[in-house]
Amino acid sequence: MNDMVHEQALDCKGLNCPLPILKTKKQIDAMQSGQVLKMEATDPGSVNDVNAWTRRTGNELVSHSDEGGIYIFYIKKA
Amino acid sequence: MSEPKKMALIASKGTLDWAYPPFILASTAAAMEMEVAVFFTFYGLTLLKKDIKAKVAPATNPAMPMKMPFGPQGFQNIEWPMPNVLMGNVPGFETMATSLMKQTFKNKGVATIEELRDICIESDVKLIGCQMTMDVFGFEKDDFVDGVDIGGAATFLEFAAESDIQLFI
Repeated sequence: MNDMVHEQALDCKGLNCPLPILKTKKQIDAMQSGQVLKMEATDPGSVNDVNAWTRRTGNELVSHSDEGGIYIFYIKKA
Repeated sequence: MSEPKKMALIASKGTLDWAYPPFILASTAAAMEMEVAVFFTFYGLTLLKKDIKAKVAPATNPAMPMKMPFGPQGFQNIEWPMPNVLMGNVPGFETMATSLMKQTFKNKGVATIEELRDICIESDVKLIGCQMTMDVFGFEKDDFVDGVDIGGAATFLEFAAESDIQLFI
């Protein structure tokens, strides 16, 4: 998949629940509305968790993909 | 957004395995923009001490898989059969099992209890220490990390009554 345009990137590879969500939240808090964060994780649970987190917080999960065990999320700050 | 959701937890246990759920849920709920209060009572109160000494208790948890956090994967996958009589009677067994468990958590990218607690404090989770337990165990407010409130059942229930989620852990 082609890399989407994003303002910030966050590497959560190797981290387990709930760290990918906690780190994503911290990073998104420091961003401007409309900016996109690219987050990469290897925790398979992060797929459902990121979906739940974005639904709850109103931030937009623009796309996510599985690149051979690495989950890539693009999240647009509300 | 509308009125934030609220979550009220009671943390009543002080072993390492039971220390995780309240701090994981509290930090994640805060990340999901909920207001969170955790009431620490009985053995759970030790989780507010500056230095957390929580251990696992294998003798009372017969379902605990005993695995080695080092060596080739095939070796790490072995579940070592540990008779209860051994776990209960060998001095230092809990300490050894605790360090193996902590190493496994580290290998698997799981945060430490201290990290999760710091994140809770940073994200304004209300940590309430039980006054009665402090009296019973002889703890002082100075024994606890900064930012701990002290209260009793009514303090917790006032928050819990307005909460969407209430869990006893």
